Amino acid sequence: MPNTYNLIATSIVGSGGAASMDFTIIPATYTDLLVKISARSADSGTDIAIQFNGSTSTVYKITRLYGTGSGTPTSNNNASATSLINNMVTQPSYTASTFGNGEIYITNYASSNAKSVSIDGVTENNATASFATFTAGLWSPATQAAITSIKLISDGGNFAQHSTAYLYGISNS
Amino acid sequence: MAAGSTYTPISTTTLGSAQNTVVFNSFSGYTDLVIVTNVKSTSTENMSMIFNSDTGSNYSRTIITGNGSTATNDRQTSVTSIGTDYNGYFDGIDFNQAKIIQIMNYSNSTKYKTCLIRSNRAQSGTDAIVGLWRNTNAITSITLGANSLNFAVGSTFTIYGIVAA
Repeated sequence: MPNTYNLIATSIVGSGGAASMDFTIIPATYTDLLVKISARSADSGTDIAIQFNGSTSTVYKITRLYGTGSGTPTSNNNASATSLINNMVTQPSYTASTFGNGEIYITNYASSNAKSVSIDGVTENNATASFATFTAGLWSPATQAAITSIKLISDGGNFAQHSTAYLYGISNS
Repeated sequence: MAAGSTYTPISTTTLGSAQNTVVFNSFSGYTDLVIVTNVKSTSTENMSMIFNSDTGSNYSRTIITGNGSTATNDRQTSVTSIGTDYNGYFDGIDFNQAKIIQIMNYSNSTKYKTCLIRSNRAQSGTDAIVGLWRNTNAITSITLGANSLNFAVGSTFTIYGIVAA
């Protein structure tokens, strides 16, 4: 049976925290990429910003859908973003020992087309402030390129110790 | 989701010519199935899904979706296929629709079949969908359709099998 769901790299935040979790060497040998995240902020903020290949220009598009546990769900978008962004990080004001969880699925990451991304995130913490967020993302630089690095940035300072991100490669053959 | 050898690529279809449907019909021996698609067409359209060529009114779905300004719910009951997207549709401009379909216990012979779908196109919207086929037969074929259009050349469809043990 082929082994097609492979762990490529792991990022685990140590004591003192970290501003980002980075995957800097991604081979082009898979079909899709999947990042599994468990994250808490040491400072503030509940979002993760996602950037590919060091690209920080306004070549990202996002459409988000989220609910907070009360009221009507919300949808918003940004057609000229400098990163993909999704809520999946708990912060110090949230219940202790709770970590947000998220999944980033990148289809055909080595193709010559723009890169489509499906992102899910939750910050359940047995309190009134919690989010469930779905995001459609797109990275479309002027010159299309295979994704060779991924940077996950805590939008409110540092990731707390014990935050983790696992990068998997999925092959279709 | 289990790692390693329990997540097996069963088959991939990359269209060399435009066609209206793509069928998977060889996927025995797994517990769950996952389908990943990147598709394009000639215009805006939704992707339908049926099982075992059943075109009866035996499907339903519930959806939550956002288009960038409005979040809505929608439900369809007793319909002839599962609509696998809403605002996260495909179109004639790009391959930017990314869709992931999870079909649980597809070969179980005592329960109706449920699937979870995430469909995304950043320019138009994002969808989370649950679909149901009211039939206890094992799923032996899956047909993905472009409805009134054709899937374009270069569209990709991959099915994976997940084994519980």
